[in-house]
Amino acid sequence: MAALEEEFTLSAVTLGARPDGLLGVEESDKTDHFLVTDRSRTVILYKVSDQKPLGSWSVKQGQIITCPAVCNFQTGEHIVVHDNKVLRIWNHEDVNLDKVFKATLSAEVHRVHSIQGTEPVVLFKSGAARGLEALLAEPQQKIETVLSDGEVIKWTKFFVVYRHPVLVFITEKDGNHFAYVQMFNSRNLSKYTLLLGQEDNSVTLSFTAYVDRKFIFLMSLSSDGCIYETLIPIYPSDTEKNQRLVRSLLLKAVVSGIPPNGVTLTILDQDHVAVLGPPRPSSKECLSIWNIKFQTLQTSKELPQGTSGQLWYYGEHLFMLHGKCLTVVPCKCGVSSLAGALGKLKHTQDPGTQTMPHHVNWEISPGCGPGSQNSVQLRRTLRRKKNEVSLQPEVAVSEAAVSEQLLSTIKNGSEKHIEVELRKFLAKWTPDSHTAVGDIITGLLERSKAEPSFYPRNCLIQLVQTHVLSYSLCPGLMDTALEKTDVQMLQLCLQQFPDIPESVTCACLKLFLSIGDDSLQGININMESVFDYSNTEQEEKMEEQPEILRNGFNPEDSNCKETASCPVMRKRAALLNAVLHAAYSETFLLPHLKDIPAQDITLFLQYLYFLYLKCSENATMTLPGKHPPTLSQIMDWICLLLDANFTVVLMIPEAKRLLINLYKFVKSQISVYSELNKIEVSFRELQKLNQEKNSRGLYSIEVLELF
Amino acid sequence: MGEFKVHRVRFFNYVPPGIRCVAYNNQSNRLAVSRTDGTVEIYNLSANYFQEKFFPGHESRATEALCWAQGQRLFSAGLNGEILEYDLQALNIKYAMDAFGGPIWSMIASPSGSQLLIGCEDGSVKLFQITPDKIQFERNFDRQKSRILSLSWHPSGTHIAAGSIDYISVFDVKSGSAIRKMIVDRQYMSVSKRKCIVWGVAFLSDGTVISVDSAGKVQFWDSATGTLIKSHLIANADVQSIAVADQEDSFVVGTAEGTVFHFQLVSVTSNSTEKQWVRTKPFQHHTHDVRSVAHSPTALISGGTDTHLVIRPLMEKVEVKNYDAALRKITFPHRRLISCSKKKQLLLFQFAHHLELWRLGSTVATGKNGDTLPLSKNADHLLHLKTKGPENIICSSVSPCGSWIAYSTACRFFLYRLNYEHDNISLKRVSKMPAFLHSALQILFSEDSTKLFVASNQGCLHVIQLLEGSFKHLHTFQPQSGTVEAMCLLAVSPDGNWLAASGTSAGVHVYNVKHLKLHCTVPAYNFPVTALAIAPNTNYLVIAHSDQQVFEYSIPDKQYTEWSRNVQKQGLHHLWLQRDTPITHISFHPKRPMHILLHDAYMFCIIDKSLPLPNDKTVLYNPLPPKNESDVFRRRTAHAFKISKIYKPLLFLDLLDERTLVAVERPLDDIIAQLPPPIKKKKFGT
Repeated sequence: MAALEEEFTLSAVTLGARPDGLLGVEESDKTDHFLVTDRSRTVILYKVSDQKPLGSWSVKQGQIITCPAVCNFQTGEHIVVHDNKVLRIWNHEDVNLDKVFKATLSAEVHRVHSIQGTEPVVLFKSGAARGLEALLAEPQQKIETVLSDGEVIKWTKFFVVYRHPVLVFITEKDGNHFAYVQMFNSRNLSKYTLLLGQEDNSVTLSFTAYVDRKFIFLMSLSSDGCIYETLIPIYPSDTEKNQRLVRSLLLKAVVSGIPPNGVTLTILDQDHVAVLGPPRPSSKECLSIWNIKFQTLQTSKELPQGTSGQLWYYGEHLFMLHGKCLTVVPCKCGVSSLAGALGKLKHTQDPGTQTMPHHVNWEISPGCGPGSQNSVQLRRTLRRKKNEVSLQPEVAVSEAAVSEQLLSTIKNGSEKHIEVELRKFLAKWTPDSHTAVGDIITGLLERSKAEPSFYPRNCLIQLVQTHVLSYSLCPGLMDTALEKTDVQMLQLCLQQFPDIPESVTCACLKLFLSIGDDSLQGININMESVFDYSNTEQEEKMEEQPEILRNGFNPEDSNCKETASCPVMRKRAALLNAVLHAAYSETFLLPHLKDIPAQDITLFLQYLYFLYLKCSENATMTLPGKHPPTLSQIMDWICLLLDANFTVVLMIPEAKRLLINLYKFVKSQISVYSELNKIEVSFRELQKLNQEKNSRGLYSIEVLELF
Repeated sequence: MGEFKVHRVRFFNYVPPGIRCVAYNNQSNRLAVSRTDGTVEIYNLSANYFQEKFFPGHESRATEALCWAQGQRLFSAGLNGEILEYDLQALNIKYAMDAFGGPIWSMIASPSGSQLLIGCEDGSVKLFQITPDKIQFERNFDRQKSRILSLSWHPSGTHIAAGSIDYISVFDVKSGSAIRKMIVDRQYMSVSKRKCIVWGVAFLSDGTVISVDSAGKVQFWDSATGTLIKSHLIANADVQSIAVADQEDSFVVGTAEGTVFHFQLVSVTSNSTEKQWVRTKPFQHHTHDVRSVAHSPTALISGGTDTHLVIRPLMEKVEVKNYDAALRKITFPHRRLISCSKKKQLLLFQFAHHLELWRLGSTVATGKNGDTLPLSKNADHLLHLKTKGPENIICSSVSPCGSWIAYSTACRFFLYRLNYEHDNISLKRVSKMPAFLHSALQILFSEDSTKLFVASNQGCLHVIQLLEGSFKHLHTFQPQSGTVEAMCLLAVSPDGNWLAASGTSAGVHVYNVKHLKLHCTVPAYNFPVTALAIAPNTNYLVIAHSDQQVFEYSIPDKQYTEWSRNVQKQGLHHLWLQRDTPITHISFHPKRPMHILLHDAYMFCIIDKSLPLPNDKTVLYNPLPPKNESDVFRRRTAHAFKISKIYKPLLFLDLLDERTLVAVERPLDDIIAQLPPPIKKKKFGT
């Protein structure tokens, strides 16, 4: 199983600002250090894990780097070639490239290659290759020409096979590709002609290769979107020149369409390749990891800002130019296994097989699934509920049969048919069979997921109203309802389920706040928790009295007592009340609250403030209605909202006014309480006076009749 | 049954003194309670929580500590620096011994019961040896800097813990030296209080010392290392008392906020052997400081400034979930503080240090059930008689004719002659009381006010002939040979021929006054007598016991009456047996010999012996049967017990004449109003 991890960009890659990309990314002698060479004049040494550059070197103005800088692993020095012929070698301590070792060569260099365990190799454009030591001993030595006229090196790769350095390079001439294998120990150069398939119009876009003991596995990405593989023997079997190599198809339809910067193929390990390119025509570029052994796509990542069509892979890091930044994607390839390769296919089920119930019924012993014959006997042995069990078996069996029938109907029946079956099931239903209800819901949701048009709302509502469901019994239900913006279902769930995760509660809140008034209009919502605000409002206005200063106490700022009208329509209020009633844990809810847009937050705060004002109007501090939110619920939510979004709320002008009102109101209430505390003694005296009035005095003569 | 005019009296301004200490005796299942005025009461928890004995208080004796030792010997110590031992048989103080350490704040008996340890104002801890008839000073422990407020023995008897101000000391009993000193944090909710008083300590057998202090903390200390193990902040005010169960698996603490917390040793997880102390239950049965708590095997007992004694049975410890498992709240004494002169319509109220004589008012109006009649004359406060000396009044009585008043303190007996001249009243003390009449537990006048019967605490009954302004000693009934048990209850027959007397445990003796000899002894019953009276004409003796049984014994026939046998055969109604206050007074209707009137604190009842007894299926208490019901039905449902619960708490109820009752109530609100204010708790806001 291969996985792409969170990408990160290397800072200060101003050099990458050119669209044609980088010259190269090469490993340095220390792990985690990489040399990045851009197309103009600069070489930067990066420490990737720290995401920071350790050193940067530039050639003089007018000079241009023509070959990516590499590290000589034997000496730890860096090597770069500029202006095709000038070779520079410098140390980490050197500052100025002008003052470091310089060797001017007699021929133009194509690439300098360096890998661990061997000396660097210089490949000239003419096709000749030299070891660095040999070259530096005599820089101006004559370089022979290997390639024919017009033959251009397209791609090169340097390997060490059994301590033997092997250089492979692909050339092109007139649409024909040739592969050269240069053995340095035996100074043996073999040339092969790469034969394309029948489709001649396809162009090979990118190469990559890995070595085995005997073969170089060369993979090529063709413009037809397929990956082909060619086996190049390292040790030529015979000396016959110009051998032909046939390619074989490895993967089909990996990319389609060629972006201006081209597509790239890089091998990750023996079984995995990374492909940079658009997976579908006219789609954005994508980085995808393919398992070539099982021909499966392992993972992919969209790169919306475009790339330069270049990809480097070193030590579990993929380097690429994403947009204008050098991006590093850590990439791990696990051992390729069938199960891993099929990771994504794990859930797809053969529609013909019998599905196991998803929910374990803890009430019955394991092993006696619904309908199984021995369940009767097993149940008999259960000590618990002995009496009931002896009566139940027939019921249980028939119930199981009905639920099984229903489950099969759900798979392919029409919505009407399902409803009929469900009614049958609910008629026989007992609270013990909540697992069956869970299975039915899961079945319905699965089908609804498969067929977007299928949404058996009535059935779901009937099932939820059985009062035995919980969120964990049907985790998909609320998600589906959220998707379909079925607020009635959500309200029902919020009222019924005891264990809704905070993230879902918050998603519901978000939906309830943002859903349009007109779309709420036609929906049937349980209005139990909402009282008619408009009526009380009028009464309140009638009762409102002129302000009187009582006993020197001024209920501060009665001007904050605005004409309180409900800021949301009643249906929305009912929905929000359902959220207020839901159970939550502060710690888990807070982070989700931050995701709600500021406008919605303000609206919700306004509503809560309104409720708070309404609460404070009567002595018992409760709201009218059948099941209204309590004062502590309202206060807790206000505190939570403010905690989560205080800075945001501060910035919005209207919310600011709300905050000020809220603050003033709370302040005035605090002062009321402190005043009450002050006159508590007087209250007590009043109470005493009242009692004395009730008591009949110290002495009385009364008439008593005993029967 | 009839219509009565009821004089409803609420001007008996009685406030029970606050409870200072409670001490539970496991052997006899008795509870000793000391009050702030020095009164000590003994409750028999086996006998339906009946207060069977009491020792009158003394102004200068503020009891600070109370403990049982050597089985059933009761000791107290107080701020006058004396240790007292009580004689539980003769109901007097055996001796008082000065400890010479200043006021005594704490006292505790050793686990073996043979030694007594006291903590004094001067910081000394003194060890006394308990000898069979006295206590003997043995030695001092190392003197501490400040007063020793609390003490606790290690169950093995080798160490003691002593709570002082700001620290707890652990002493080695053998050497008497302080081996450990544990400083208690003064901090109280991050505010540094001036001092932290360790109000209570408890030494557990595993070496843990539990302390409760004035900063509201319950703390667990390791006495071996002197380190604090755990601290519970349970109150915003002082935690004043602690008591540990004998099994050391639970303890109880009382706070100044009136809350009692129960702590239990609970397994950390189920079926693990590791256990920890967990605060399990809070109880708020008090409004004021809980000054003292006790832990019986089955109940938590607490008492404090609000004067209630609360016995809260622990449900998990009660085996039978019957009425005994209910909460008991005892507020009023289980004896009469009021006597009544029927002829003159006078009430005599007994307070700790004075008596009040009131004359009831009158009315000419009539009315129907429930009416309050207009008064033509209000009640008069005739007399306020203050006692001389610091001792509390034990008992008092006014003669039926209203011209004699007698009362007694622990060492003096007073007899007064009252003269009424129109509205003026003159009082003359009868001087030269005989030497043997120095203390009385109960005083009773005969119906014709010519004889005075005095029960003294040595078990003697004195009979005195009253003449105009003087008296004559007629006879003394000596106690049965060998017994020294004090007689607490007296009853005389209206014809003056018979005198019944009952002690705290032995049976009721009936004396023939004419022949001055013991007539008979009523067979002993295993619950104490709470009230007794002799019916007119028939001379049937009616006896109420603390288990709510009522017996009728014919004195002339020397046997239980037929009705009484019937009652025993059929059994009393279960609701009658479940009442939780004892019957404190019995009287009779002068014209209706079949009626017995009796009352406890929450009801009064007229038993009509002519009617059938109620069985458990009938409704015992039916205050108002519908008027329009047929006579047949009424006759069928009518039973012997006519109960009224209108007047409560009822301290006294008697028949003045055929149609007039007097009921003395003492509403709890009036008592609370006279208590010091409780710790203020904010009512509004937070």
